[in-house]
Amino acid sequence: MKLAYYPGCTLKTTGKSFETSALESAKVLGLELVEPSRWNCCGTVHSLVKDDVMHHLAPIRNLLRIEQMQASGRIDEKRVVTLCAMCYNTLKRSNNVFNNNSDLARKVGENFENETSNYSGGVTVEHLLETIRSLGWSLVKDKVKKPLAGLKVAPYYGCLLLRPRGIGIDDADNPHVMEDLLTALGADVVNFPFKLKCCGSYHTVEMKEVVADLSHRILKQAEEAGAEIVATACPLCEFNLGDRQILVQKKYATFKSIPVVYFTQLTALAFGLEQATSFDENKPDPKPLLKDKGLIKGDLK
Amino acid sequence: MNEGKMVTIYVMGKKQIVPADLTIMKAIEYAGYQFKRGAGCRGGFCGACASVYRKRGSYKLQGALACQKIVEDGMIITQIPFSPNEKKTYNINELKADASTFLEYYPEITRCLACNTCTKSCPQDIMVMDYVQAAIRGDIALTAKLSFDCIGCGLCAMRCPAEIVPFNIGQLARRLESKYVEGPTEHVLKRCEEVKEGKFDSEISELMIMDKKILTNKYNNRELRIK
Repeated sequence: MKLAYYPGCTLKTTGKSFETSALESAKVLGLELVEPSRWNCCGTVHSLVKDDVMHHLAPIRNLLRIEQMQASGRIDEKRVVTLCAMCYNTLKRSNNVFNNNSDLARKVGENFENETSNYSGGVTVEHLLETIRSLGWSLVKDKVKKPLAGLKVAPYYGCLLLRPRGIGIDDADNPHVMEDLLTALGADVVNFPFKLKCCGSYHTVEMKEVVADLSHRILKQAEEAGAEIVATACPLCEFNLGDRQILVQKKYATFKSIPVVYFTQLTALAFGLEQATSFDENKPDPKPLLKDKGLIKGDLK
Repeated sequence: MNEGKMVTIYVMGKKQIVPADLTIMKAIEYAGYQFKRGAGCRGGFCGACASVYRKRGSYKLQGALACQKIVEDGMIITQIPFSPNEKKTYNINELKADASTFLEYYPEITRCLACNTCTKSCPQDIMVMDYVQAAIRGDIALTAKLSFDCIGCGLCAMRCPAEIVPFNIGQLARRLESKYVEGPTEHVLKRCEEVKEGKFDSEISELMIMDKKILTNKYNNRELRIK
């Protein structure tokens, strides 16, 4: 099945391992994820101001590109798969606003005067986790070549996949889509109470200390619950929980470290796609743990 | 085809009746003005004559090169001979060929709202917004390719609501592209060597003192790469 795939800027820069591992894993599941030939930033943060037409232009323009792809036969269905939680959230919410606010939709359309077509509102925005879920966990199980047996993984959702209620990919209070996937991959899923807590998001730019505190709280909980590794679906969460551990260690002497990876990297690993896992890009390095568990051999790229 | 036909235009608010087949630039000169700024190559290459106009009865503000655009009846025109911008100084040999370089020198590019106003204003029909967006995600090859026809007229920068200067981004991308992505091509390296060795020095000296008539003739009959 050919589906449109919206990467977003981070997956082309600091989150390349997320993209590589996702695209290769999707192929195993029979999904060809096609990138639009033209796309722009998703808009990053959803605008809550009701008459803020300008901030809806970026996300809606991307959805128009998806519609144009479908019209030209490049994809099979009028839906778009996202990976980055922030892109998912922004595209999905703008799509909802567009479809429920005819005045705003008209104004957006007026700004698309030099586009070859206008957006109809008909694109379905989904996250790869939803796409995989719709294929069925038994299909995932069938494709596993190297079960993640004995690997204690704590799935971390953060905010943007689940909130606000109504646009989330799963139950906002008790999600289990990532647990279901990891179980299908053969991992030992560790449930921990802070899997829905915010990682601090963009405070990481100006208020690093705040992010270090929040990350510490989350990671400590995960460790205490028995996790050896954390799986996430958001490049900003991955950065705040992963790269920020250097600062966490400075602030909290007793904290050591715990690897944080994308759920797609673990999927690729379980599917036997070692070269697509790109574990070299994660900080802290998850490879020693994975070697220890007998899941990877050695010099992986 | 418009021989003898006259049209009414407004140059900075002053009504002028000018021949219908003139470019904006020639029409302004026809009206008696003399260019001290805002005129360069007169061939659509240098970007010095950026102009904006509205037509009577239309709210649209349009961009054009004065040396290329033929006047239309009811045009209300002004020139934007210079667009203020800070061109950053960098050493190309020390740059990284990825998104971080754009963010370091021109961090305001992340303010792009994808409104496409820049693209609408471009007299070269360049997909300006698309190349700014490509730069944000570090796609240097695409930024360079899409911005290739940019002549730096500055109209995009004057219209951007996020106050980005797109042409600086495009130029940086093309430099990074030729230095790091494509790499210097052999014919360029060879030519640089020839220049250094003084291969063309005598020809240049000859041209410098050549009679104007002979020089004009030589220019008009020069060898063109694209016929």
